[in-house]
Amino acid sequence: MPTVASALKTVTLQIDGREIVAQEGDTVLEAALSVGIDIPRLCHDPRLKPVGACRLCVVEIEGQHGLLTSCTMEVAEGMVVETETDQLAAKRKTVLELILDDHRVTCPTCDKNGDCALMDYSYRYQADQFAFGGFTPAPCEPNFATGNKAIAFDPQLCITCGRCVRICDEVVMASALTFKQRASSVEVTTPFDMPLNETSCVLCGLCISTCPTGAMYDRAALGQGQMKDLEKIQTVCPYCGVGCTMELNVNRETNRIVRVTAPEGSVPNDGNLCVKGKFGFEYVHSDERLTTPLIKENGEFREATWDEALELAGRRLRELRDQHGAAAVAFLSSSRCTNEENYLMQKLARTAGGTNNVDQCATTCHAPTVAGLASTFGSGAMTNAIDEIKDVDTLFIIGSNPTAAHPIIGLEMKKALAKGAKMVVCDPRKTWVAEHADIHIQHKPGTDNMLINAMLHHIIEQELHDPEFVESRCENFDAFRANLEGSSVEQAAEVCGVPADLIRSAAELYAAGDPSSIFYTLGITEHTSGTENVQNLANLAMLCGQIGKRSSGVNPLRGQNNVQGSCDMGAMPGDYPGYQKVADELVRTKFAEAWGLEMPTNKGGVVTDFIDQAGDGVLRGFYVFGEDPVLSEPNQAKVIANLENLEFLVCQEIFMSETAKLADVILPATSFAEKEGTFTNTERRVQRVRKAVEPPGQAKPDWEIICLMSTAMGHPMAYGDAGEIFDEMASLTPSYGGMSYDRIDDVGLQWPCPTPDHPGTGFLHEGQFTRGLGAFKEITFREAAELPDDDYPYILSTGRTLYNYNIGNMSQKSGAIRQKQSKAFVEMHKSDADRIGVANDDLVTVATRRGEVTVRAVVGDRTRPGALWMPFHFVDQPTNRITNDAFDDVTRTAEYKVCAAMVAKG
Amino acid sequence: MAPVDHGHAIPLLQKIQDTYGYLPREVLLELSAETGIPAAHLFGLATFYAQFHLEEHGRHTVRVCRGTACHVRGRQIIQDAIDEELGIGPGETTEDRRYSLETVACVGTCFLAPVVMVDHDYFGKVDPNKVGEIMGGYE
Repeated sequence: MPTVASALKTVTLQIDGREIVAQEGDTVLEAALSVGIDIPRLCHDPRLKPVGACRLCVVEIEGQHGLLTSCTMEVAEGMVVETETDQLAAKRKTVLELILDDHRVTCPTCDKNGDCALMDYSYRYQADQFAFGGFTPAPCEPNFATGNKAIAFDPQLCITCGRCVRICDEVVMASALTFKQRASSVEVTTPFDMPLNETSCVLCGLCISTCPTGAMYDRAALGQGQMKDLEKIQTVCPYCGVGCTMELNVNRETNRIVRVTAPEGSVPNDGNLCVKGKFGFEYVHSDERLTTPLIKENGEFREATWDEALELAGRRLRELRDQHGAAAVAFLSSSRCTNEENYLMQKLARTAGGTNNVDQCATTCHAPTVAGLASTFGSGAMTNAIDEIKDVDTLFIIGSNPTAAHPIIGLEMKKALAKGAKMVVCDPRKTWVAEHADIHIQHKPGTDNMLINAMLHHIIEQELHDPEFVESRCENFDAFRANLEGSSVEQAAEVCGVPADLIRSAAELYAAGDPSSIFYTLGITEHTSGTENVQNLANLAMLCGQIGKRSSGVNPLRGQNNVQGSCDMGAMPGDYPGYQKVADELVRTKFAEAWGLEMPTNKGGVVTDFIDQAGDGVLRGFYVFGEDPVLSEPNQAKVIANLENLEFLVCQEIFMSETAKLADVILPATSFAEKEGTFTNTERRVQRVRKAVEPPGQAKPDWEIICLMSTAMGHPMAYGDAGEIFDEMASLTPSYGGMSYDRIDDVGLQWPCPTPDHPGTGFLHEGQFTRGLGAFKEITFREAAELPDDDYPYILSTGRTLYNYNIGNMSQKSGAIRQKQSKAFVEMHKSDADRIGVANDDLVTVATRRGEVTVRAVVGDRTRPGALWMPFHFVDQPTNRITNDAFDDVTRTAEYKVCAAMVAKG
Repeated sequence: MAPVDHGHAIPLLQKIQDTYGYLPREVLLELSAETGIPAAHLFGLATFYAQFHLEEHGRHTVRVCRGTACHVRGRQIIQDAIDEELGIGPGETTEDRRYSLETVACVGTCFLAPVVMVDHDYFGKVDPNKVGEIMGGYE
């Protein structure tokens, strides 16, 4: 990897009479833009390789013949550049007039009006649209985008700059678009003019984001407001944990989000979005939003006033707490909601609620990460920054499908691949990264530790490890090594069902990477051995010294927009904000003093405990905020029966979720677009969430509702705004101590950030682990809780698709997404399908010991023979009806990735 | 099959066209799946180069050269004679799919002008009277 010093070689040149210091390798255009000299350009996008096609960015360079395209010309020492001369203006005017001859000028009705590069430059150079005769209208439909609900294309507005084709190829690597024909007949289209949704298009809309005119546009935004009349509110995407910066383009007259864009160079997404960020916002304006408080009477909900609902909910929870103690009430906080709200929810649980029974959905997904990495490194979070991924030499991806579940991190990995990175993927399924990997280990679901132990064994045997790192930075190595003595690559090959040489090569490639970095997701954590799996990945990184430096570490990709933040905020039974331990009396005293109440000392439980305890009658009152355990927890029938056993259930929700249907009181809440706050993304970056539109009906921001609930429970709580909550939290949370809304206004800050002058932390564990020495753990392979047998011969795993998100109640409100994917399915191997007579698209029943669902079969070779894979996004055939409620020993995270199942046609 | 260098796309397309007489859509999609070359790239190439056909084509391709040398040696007269003999114009295919007719910018054998090619065979110094004989030579 190039060192920072060598990358900073500078060149001094003169542009328009100004002396400019640029970096070697920069183009003249980049140097000019860096100081605000706006050279006109139409085919340029900083995300793309320059092609010099549009000829607008031409400049004069002293001593060089003719006009040169500044986007392809590299800076040189002493270069003298002119960017605006009479000659250049005349040339540009002609170029624009030629373009306008091929462009239908529809500015009065074009959505792009107000943000159109062609319009701006035509005005700047006073180009005449009729200089070469003028555009002759031609039929533009049907084309490849006709009927697509996400992306629309008007070839009459297309200036064939090629940006959409190139971004689809170079950045997304989807290659759904191409030019057809040549010369004046050139047109953007798909292969064989196929409809977009039948191609490799992933509906990310980057073609729209790069289009300099209105040729590619958001179908649903047509006529909803021109760019010049919309207000852009910068905020953070509400879907996955990548935390993309986005702009909600709001029409103030209609109080509606018209479209979503991302600013150029945004952090961490570099101006990119995925299908969910781009097209998944319709839920905000859905007719199904809850708009008034509801109280259930005689089994039916009736509308209620806020006062009534709060009085009833507050009184009942308080009564249950007073009568039955700290174990009788529990609070489920929300990884979907802001840090401020999570902070308040755990504060409410521990003050008005008098209990440590508080949790959020990390238990469902990444709790083993928090536990596993805290016990080995001392910090349970992604060790590196997203921005560092592009410089990784060997990507080691295990149990993670980044291009689907964390698409923008997928794009960063694609940047690394474009720079020549090697990639090892361990995944039972053929994902995009698996298909593009140098080595794909398609091991049996649930055999991860057998595989990792074999790699560790091989690395030690071949002396490929980093003895100096192990010696100086880690502890417990001898016991760890002794534990591996029974391992062998051959045995792992047998158990995992993969060739032994592949395991060896993967280990060698990882050990040799300069640097290597591990990425994992729920394929590692959602097992009964989840915490051990995570610890074993920590072992691998420590053994090879592949951690504690830029672009190298152990990187759990967090699933929900604010699951990192909700953990950071202490919405967990054993932790206060900043992972300060409840078990520590000094910590309890600190919070007792800050909050003015004695702190509870009960151990508390997690969501899977709450559900069991509701069934046992121990838990009586439950306050569920922005989560839907009926759909997200395993073994649905049991979850429903147990929740029905509660004496009182309060749900704070934006939709009538399956859990809310069981509630006694429902409090209507707000979406991310209707409130202020912060989210913390997977790379520990704390970013501002901003209000863009008014909430529907009587819905209130969640932090306000929590304050009102606390007050109704007898412990008054009030804040003037979300910023006040943040400041209180920061004052009590060392890792957030240096942050304020002012400091995180633009690109946020990565924790730890302990003081107001601290710049934040890109990567963790430099020089020393958070816990001091890194702790090797002795991990022994354990089989999954439920293995295939004669009755249930397949292994079923569940996961997320690109197009949908978790329980689907947000993503499925989008017409564009529904058009692409609206039904549950099961992927199965062709050999299995042939044997039981199932063809692609047939309806099949997938059954386990807990129930059955009927879904479409997707037959192919994505899964291993004997393995099934299902998404869990669809309410009508809920996959969690059949998943196994067997849990990780440490964190009680369910084994969603392995259970025994059978499939039958029909 | 391992990913194929995208630089091999054109020779692959030529082989497919030699086999099928044109580039059938299903075959290109199969080629894309097997080689990892995106279908979009194959389609872009296939429509960019005049030599490739995406529609079903004649069993034999007649190419009439319209380069400068052929032009001054009377290629238009040859073209008219062929058009009349086959009953089709450039870019068309005979009803019996025996011949497709094309014009090309130059076949690089100017010393033979005017030149006509049928498949891979060259016919030099063609005069209108030879056209019937040439066209009779292919089934």
